[in-house]
Amino acid sequence: MGESASAFRRRVLVGAKSDMIEQPKSFSFTTENLARAQRIIAKYPEGRQASAVIPLLDIAQRQSGNWLPLAAMNYVAEMLEMPRIRVYEVASFYTMFNKEEVGKNFVQICTTTPCWLRGSDEIKKICRNKLGIGVNETTADGKFTVVEVECLGACVNAPMVQVNDDYYEDLTPENMSKLLDDLALGKKPSVGSQVGRRGSCAQNGPTSLKDRVKSNA
Amino acid sequence: MLDDKDRIFTNLYGFESWNLGAAKKRGIWDNTAALILKGQPAMIEEMKNSGLRGRGGAGFPTGMKWSFMPKPSDKQHYLIVNADESEPGTCKDRDILRFDPHRLLEGILCACFAINAHTCYIYIRGEFYNEASNVQKAIDEAYAAGLLGKNAAGSGWDCDVYLHRGAGAYICGEETALMESLEGKKGQPRNKPPFPAGAGLYSCPTTINNVETIAVAPEILRRGAAWFAAIGRPKNSGTKVFCISGHVAQPCNVEEAMSIPLRELIEKHAGGVRGGWDNLLAVIPGGSSTPLLPKDICETVLMDFDSLRDVKSGLGTAGVIVMDKSTDIIYAIARLSHFYMHESCGQCTPCREGTGWLWRVMQRMVRGQAEVAEIDTLLEVTKEIEGHTICAHGDASAWPIQGLIRHFKPIMIERIEQYRKQAKRAA
Repeated sequence: MGESASAFRRRVLVGAKSDMIEQPKSFSFTTENLARAQRIIAKYPEGRQASAVIPLLDIAQRQSGNWLPLAAMNYVAEMLEMPRIRVYEVASFYTMFNKEEVGKNFVQICTTTPCWLRGSDEIKKICRNKLGIGVNETTADGKFTVVEVECLGACVNAPMVQVNDDYYEDLTPENMSKLLDDLALGKKPSVGSQVGRRGSCAQNGPTSLKDRVKSNA
Repeated sequence: MLDDKDRIFTNLYGFESWNLGAAKKRGIWDNTAALILKGQPAMIEEMKNSGLRGRGGAGFPTGMKWSFMPKPSDKQHYLIVNADESEPGTCKDRDILRFDPHRLLEGILCACFAINAHTCYIYIRGEFYNEASNVQKAIDEAYAAGLLGKNAAGSGWDCDVYLHRGAGAYICGEETALMESLEGKKGQPRNKPPFPAGAGLYSCPTTINNVETIAVAPEILRRGAAWFAAIGRPKNSGTKVFCISGHVAQPCNVEEAMSIPLRELIEKHAGGVRGGWDNLLAVIPGGSSTPLLPKDICETVLMDFDSLRDVKSGLGTAGVIVMDKSTDIIYAIARLSHFYMHESCGQCTPCREGTGWLWRVMQRMVRGQAEVAEIDTLLEVTKEIEGHTICAHGDASAWPIQGLIRHFKPIMIERIEQYRKQAKRAA
């Protein structure tokens, strides 16, 4: 309604806080990422380079510090010879693309039913109490952003969170608290189960393949 | 209980390494060329006779799916492995991807040969970053060892495998949405027909199979259809990886015989229901989309396609979500309604609008802030969504609520009465 097309695009693409976000003027891949992008494009048949849009946006997001500026989408559109709107569509459809800056530790709490049954509400509470922020908020020091996400596919190790690329599983209020402390200190906590379980094996030990497991323990 | 010697996924928990050396010790890539030299018709026949049904949720017979691929023409054929595992309650493919990727790769070579494809894409959910990293390393190892690429594993068949990471969209587990996504678009399902075997990825003949389906193929071909078919019940044969989550003493994944009784599965492998069997309220037997089952059905039901269908639920992905008596069952299902709303691709009106409506009404049902007659309205609306959308997402959003109303309507009514009493007291 009287809004320019570019203003509309900005509002839809980068969300409610669009006016507060400073968009970088330009973007281009580093030499290393350019080579990476070319290797990815080569995976698809000739003329089908649009297939590479998700992986390339992923590289662009990593290069930009875990968010996707408009200039990066435009850059990828040009590289893949796609209309910009097609790239914007992809960037807004898939939840892993962040349209605004996020904290250094992007904490994604799974709260879907299997995690909820095992206490994801408690995990959310710990985040609020320790970090002093709610869901979809970032700490003042830029160290943490907390979001709620849908099922991350680690249901037998519930509750769990994903921080950047890594899963932290079998959480309790205590070990979640420690996890946040470690992340705040810039430490790299061990990934996976926080109670020492091996993968999806029962905590008391496996109920099958016991002989094999024994010889490999 | 399934005998250890009949287990296919011998590294389900990652006690051994995922890499090529360890994989070979587990018998993977053992003279794969011999499996391929049996020829395409024999291979597809073997798969048909094994009774293997797709492990991704729909349970379509795998051998039949492979036989739908057309004769070779000037068009490329594609195999796609669906590793977009996102059904709440399900985390089985993740274990195959991170701990046994070579088992999958060997299956890919066999399947590619069977369907005349020289190219396979593995579409893995974007969140599985570390899993994808293992799969990519395994692909690189396999190429370096001549097991993939030109004349793969000395079979005379050329087979290229590429890993493709998604970026967070449950709907891309739907096969045609997955192909859209792989072509660089929003993951919005396509109308069928044309079916993927006719016009799939890049409009070329395509077969899409779940990770577990492809990963069991080489063992079936090696040990023979009769071995696989003898496990479980007719039309429900083979082994299956079950995921047992929620209110059990020992949540875990386990490979078991198809048709194992649900109660035995929970008690033998997951340490039983928290607080004992009598503390059980309900079980969602096959991932979030399958309607829940109350305790009395759980006593006797078998974990297979037909047995669960007979009790108006389904095996789905075999993600067993256990809920004890402390559970607010209305919220547990309402939370799934939120999931389906969040993940609706927005293409079909009944699903886009309906899933949001279901979530809003379910929130009121959780509080009891509703009329009793609205329970029937809710049921009716789920039936208006079901079957009226391009893909099964609409159905999947309807089924959990239908299950809730079927088995727990008295609890919903009780909640409404409670709310009224409280409101009266407050007034």
